[in-house]
Amino acid sequence: MNLTVTVNGTAHTVDVEDRTLLVHLLRDRLGLTATNIGCDTTSCGACTVLLDGQSVKSCTVLAASVDGQSVTTLEGLAEGDRWHRVQEGFRAKHGLQCGFCTPGMVMAAVSLLDENPSPTATEVREGLEGNLCRCTGYHNIVAAVLEAAAK
Amino acid sequence: MIPAPFDYVRADSAEAAWAALGEHGDDAKLLAGGQSLLPLMKLRLATPAVVVDVSRVGDLAYVREDGDTLAIGALTRHCDVARSADVQSHAPLLAHAAGGVGDAQVRHRGTIGGSVAHADPSADMPAALLALGASYVVRGPGGSREIAAADFATGFLETVLAPDELLVEVRVPKATGEAWGYEKFTRRAIDWATVAVAVQARDGATAISLANMGSTVLRAAATETALAGGSSAGDAAEHADDGTEPPSDVTASSDYRRHLARVLTRRALAAAGRA
Amino acid sequence: MAERALDATCSRIVSILGTRVMRVEDPKFLTTGGVYVDDLRDPRLDGAGYVTYVRSVMAHARISVDVAAAAAADGVLAVMTAADFADLAPPPVPLGFIPPALGRPWLANGVVRYVGEPIAAIVTESRYAGEDIAELVSVDYEPLTAVVDPRAAATDETLLFPEHGSNTALAFEAGSLDGLFDDCEVVVTQQLTNQRVAPAPLEVRGTACVWEGDGDDARLTLWASTQSPHGARDQIAAALALPPERVHFIAPDVGGGFGAKFGVSIEDLALAVLSRRLGRPMRWTETRTENMLGMGHGRAQLQTVTIGGTRDGRITAYSLDVLQDSGAYPHFGSVLPFMTQLMATGTYDIARVAVRTKSVVTNTAPVVAYRGAGRPEATAAIERAVDLFAAEIERDPAEVRRRNLFPKEAFPLTTQVGAAYDSGDYVGALDAVLAAANYDELRAEQRRRRESGDERLLGIGVSSYVEITAGPEAGTEFARINVKPDGSVVVYTGTSPHGQGHATSFAMLAADELGVPLDRITVVHGDTDLVARGGGTGGSRSLQLGGAAVHQGAIETVDRARELAGDLFEAAVGDIVLDKARGGFHVAGSPDDVRSWSEVATSADAEHGLIVDTDFSAQGATFPFGAHVAVVEVDAATGKPTLLSMTTVDDAGPVINPVVVEGQRHGGIAQGVAQALFEEVRYDEDGNPQSTNLADYAFPSAAEFPDFTLVDMATPSPMNPLGVKGIGEAGTIGATPAVQSAVVDAVAHLGVRHIEMPTTSERVWRAIQEGAK
Repeated sequence: MNLTVTVNGTAHTVDVEDRTLLVHLLRDRLGLTATNIGCDTTSCGACTVLLDGQSVKSCTVLAASVDGQSVTTLEGLAEGDRWHRVQEGFRAKHGLQCGFCTPGMVMAAVSLLDENPSPTATEVREGLEGNLCRCTGYHNIVAAVLEAAAK
Repeated sequence: MIPAPFDYVRADSAEAAWAALGEHGDDAKLLAGGQSLLPLMKLRLATPAVVVDVSRVGDLAYVREDGDTLAIGALTRHCDVARSADVQSHAPLLAHAAGGVGDAQVRHRGTIGGSVAHADPSADMPAALLALGASYVVRGPGGSREIAAADFATGFLETVLAPDELLVEVRVPKATGEAWGYEKFTRRAIDWATVAVAVQARDGATAISLANMGSTVLRAAATETALAGGSSAGDAAEHADDGTEPPSDVTASSDYRRHLARVLTRRALAAAGRA
Repeated sequence: MAERALDATCSRIVSILGTRVMRVEDPKFLTTGGVYVDDLRDPRLDGAGYVTYVRSVMAHARISVDVAAAAAADGVLAVMTAADFADLAPPPVPLGFIPPALGRPWLANGVVRYVGEPIAAIVTESRYAGEDIAELVSVDYEPLTAVVDPRAAATDETLLFPEHGSNTALAFEAGSLDGLFDDCEVVVTQQLTNQRVAPAPLEVRGTACVWEGDGDDARLTLWASTQSPHGARDQIAAALALPPERVHFIAPDVGGGFGAKFGVSIEDLALAVLSRRLGRPMRWTETRTENMLGMGHGRAQLQTVTIGGTRDGRITAYSLDVLQDSGAYPHFGSVLPFMTQLMATGTYDIARVAVRTKSVVTNTAPVVAYRGAGRPEATAAIERAVDLFAAEIERDPAEVRRRNLFPKEAFPLTTQVGAAYDSGDYVGALDAVLAAANYDELRAEQRRRRESGDERLLGIGVSSYVEITAGPEAGTEFARINVKPDGSVVVYTGTSPHGQGHATSFAMLAADELGVPLDRITVVHGDTDLVARGGGTGGSRSLQLGGAAVHQGAIETVDRARELAGDLFEAAVGDIVLDKARGGFHVAGSPDDVRSWSEVATSADAEHGLIVDTDFSAQGATFPFGAHVAVVEVDAATGKPTLLSMTTVDDAGPVINPVVVEGQRHGGIAQGVAQALFEEVRYDEDGNPQSTNLADYAFPSAAEFPDFTLVDMATPSPMNPLGVKGIGEAGTIGATPAVQSAVVDAVAHLGVRHIEMPTTSERVWRAIQEGAK
């Protein structure tokens, strides 16, 4: 089927199999490979992107369903050379190691701060319950989000 | 990981949805937020030949006051139910339960109608709505009917919805200023409830519902009766699992679920101010 | 921070080592994302076939496979079964120790031995078609008795490999059991399970490959999510009967490994064969469910501990019996009990020790290396034993530990089991962590809560641990330092980082010796064509071997550069000084006439610059150590344990980059906590796995953890010039027993003596019910 979706500010019209998951549209069709797939039960959040500004798990959204909508991935988060404060926070606090969960974690954190600009550490931890990381033990991720919130 | 092939149909109106359902019958499934259906399809536990996307059907996402009732459009997302000032004011139990469904990403997509129609016995929304004495407005080509929450789910993931019917509205009798409690026990924060208990006081009576204690959400009838008969909350809570057949699975045995039901009922009643 | 003064004419500079340096890797990961195998868009992979596996749904069965319908489907390029690999020699066993009779086939050949074992490989043009066509493959299963419990396997009643004649793959032993506990006033024994867990890195396994050239010139380029590119290259070459130089193995960015991605998988090997057969590039990326079934699991030991000593707290005897579940095809896991045995006595000076281990096959997924790999199992056992001993003699568990630790003065020492511990300060670590955790106040709070009948039961767990890194044999690692004609530096390392920050840490080591700024140094790893040799990253080997090699190579580079500078100045090399602050060389006493690194490198070779290759050999393994205090709160009514805090000492010697080391400690602690509280891979009695995805398997999120409090301590090792040990696994090893101990401690006053891991709410609740009887 045909659909038009705006990704990181650019409109794309594509013809895809009806069952195409949004994450595969982004990765395989549009070449935006920052967004990763880490599971098959909507558990890990590595595929998190913003859909019309809200975090969603792109592995559990049909591409067809977002016809006419707008998606933001990690690649579209910075404005040119100007990083988003969440990216800055992750850098400053070493909130990543292997990097695989990172794009989804960052987008989830962007959405979290959008809805809750001054979260407590507990609210950050609960707000990121849908994003799994094996490397960091989350300690620095929480610090990174709190750092970003303080900016 | 990849759903089996299907034909995608976008329904822009309720009529279009009925037409698609009527044409394809059992081969078709409705897609709202997709947070219940798509995970099943990705594991190929559900393989509909046709998916009818109703998520864009106009004007089915709303929260409105309708006299003594809160009318919530079936396509209202969980995050919007949780944030709604009207829901927080008139049915805080529901706002609280909605705020705990899955994770933030799921709440941005999943809908109240989708959750109710999916009828998972572990789900927060059906449990809260049962305690609130909600009813569901369902529309099909033949007309409209309103079904009490208690009569809606008939078994595990089974409801009284006919194949060509669409759930369009959830109607919640206002419980403004009434005490409530919600105790959800999970293994990890993101997990489905091992057991959950919802308590809603209303006009001197107390309704209690249980999640994951059977094939549907249930009322803790024995506890309600005991309370109505003057038992203390502690004593009444000891009957929370009467008549239930809770499952045993990797997360918990049925014995432990029974114990949890009693403890959580005691705590939910305490939270609702019942000694 | 170390200050280095050079001669009087040089500026004082401050060493970068030990300072907090933000990782050079991070900008990429935070903007465009890493490039993992499935992200590769190398033009050589255009038109690649996608491989999807049909996997066994039974644990033990004879099978016959009908692929006719699948092979005839649209979009299929090929369907292969065991018969299609019959002309090849069997794949090599993963480790030399493993008996060839217990090796696995290319694809299941008439019999399947675990749920998830690959039976058929489907090659399709599109990614999406693979699962569709896999459904068309028909497998007939004739069930055989599934042997799931290792104890049942050890009876040899049902043999998985009749030709081998036994289900036992390996056995190790140390010490004598005769009269071991004869003169002990107190003897306590306990059966323990160090449960099977899933490594579950966020990136599942994936591989891509292409053959180029023909006949004897044909060369395979293979990308895989691996921890050990050179080792994997060698294994693939051996499996394909090729000289190693005909295989180009590349590790792109790798999304975590934790030991489970060390070596090659059967799917990697098969991919190379499929690619060659079909004459086109190939790609394979598994699903998470396949990963949970087939990547391999960790731990899986059944243990019996017996500990004895005096009533006043001196431990004099210990025995450990280990039954290791190897899974269906023995892998690293079957060998790890050797490490468990080696570390059996931990930090304690115990006069008499006996260890017996046996590794058996079962109809479950193979057990592989997983963070700690044999040492967490040893620590969990001895720590549980010490706690039980302390409980028996009614003494504080921290005090009993202190009484029995090797003192600081004892090092270097060889333990009763034969481990040569290099350096340590176990009492210092214990004291430091107890102070940081405010142990006495915690015990006081625990008393207060018990006396008041508070439903929130406080539990405090203490662990003391030591582990072995870069062992058991002394290790080596390669480095090449290349100072380019423009004065920039490329460091080539044989390690293969996947989150550990070597590009930063190793650049720091080079910068420190060379006096070249960090932003002019690049570290290359993970490519067998670019890096001559290497041991990969695992077993916490990288800094002490790879970093030491970079350090050694940099020193040798300076030595060589001074010779070259001597030629340029026409001065004796002994008169040449490296001014690190200015990144150049001059004759002593004439600081104004400086030749830069660029000039010196160009004089070595105008095109390539100065190249120095070095191999570092350590004197032996190193033994990082520490102590953890875990505080949990147990809900008395539901049994639910909540981790309130973790305070840790993890001493791996001097810290090169605190940012990186803290990250490794945090991640290690989290995985240790996860095993104690949440995670377990379970099979039912028919060998069906009960937790095949991340919804069922309790992989914890941020919401399950508190912040961690890290206490610093750095006791150098004599085994390498940097004095460093390995930090990667230490946190995991110390955390698991501390948390398990804390949960038991929370309900000990209710008559509970032991709770198996994971200490789920239901297990704690049942323990309380039992204790009350």
